[in-house]
Amino acid sequence: MIVTIEHYLVLSAILFIIGAYGVIIRKNLVIVLMSLELMLNSANLAFVAFSKALGNMTGQVFMIMTLTVAAAEVAVGLALVVAIYTHRGTLDIDVLKMLKG
Amino acid sequence: MESVLFYIFAAASVAGALLVVFHKNPIASALSLVLTLFSTAVLFIFLLAHFVAAIQILVYAGAIMVLFMFTVMFLNIREESLKFDAQNLPVKLGVLLLILFIFGYFASIGFKKSFSLNHAASLPESFGTVEGVGEVLFKDYLLPFELTSVLIVVAILGVVAIAKRGTD
Repeated sequence: MIVTIEHYLVLSAILFIIGAYGVIIRKNLVIVLMSLELMLNSANLAFVAFSKALGNMTGQVFMIMTLTVAAAEVAVGLALVVAIYTHRGTLDIDVLKMLKG
Repeated sequence: MESVLFYIFAAASVAGALLVVFHKNPIASALSLVLTLFSTAVLFIFLLAHFVAAIQILVYAGAIMVLFMFTVMFLNIREESLKFDAQNLPVKLGVLLLILFIFGYFASIGFKKSFSLNHAASLPESFGTVEGVGEVLFKDYLLPFELTSVLIVVAILGVVAIAKRGTD
């Protein structure tokens, strides 16, 4: 059985849905960030799959860009996590509702 | 052979993703995320994207995961209960509907085989290598590539500003 692009796209969709479910359902802020990484990773998989299918390396270049954005996002997000935890003593996003710090 | 390996690593990545979302312990979630990212890197090698696979392991599974582990251990986050309140029920149902819609989309039109992934003969020799990706990156996408360095500088400044305010 030949592995086609549809296999990779279905896998990418499954990973994206799991990540979106984690972002919506989990209460811990760190796990929410991890689920965001899952979603970005699944988008990367779709980019690279299309890059192979179309014989065009632009998809891989965009994967590198996404990786850069993910790294910056995680750095800022985890700095915010540490600041929130030292300030409020919790990471439960149901508790962190107030806009006024 | 390739399809067997594809199914093995696809199953590993899905299992890792499920463990990330459904495990109580944040450390176990972080390690499961490493499993998912490694399996995805193997799939990148199947897709002839060798440079991207190496970057995936170095940056994602190396740097970003160390950052996650450091934060979880630094803050000493406890295990949480996975019981969700009833007010989340509409959200759960909405996500299930999303799953059904996306799977319905793939089932209806996605599986009509429009083009196959296996025409490696038409690909250039340097496909997916450092040479090929670098040529595209530094010729066609030079400006976006330089702008990402601006993004990194902004991220560094933001992190330093947030961390300084936390200590004051």
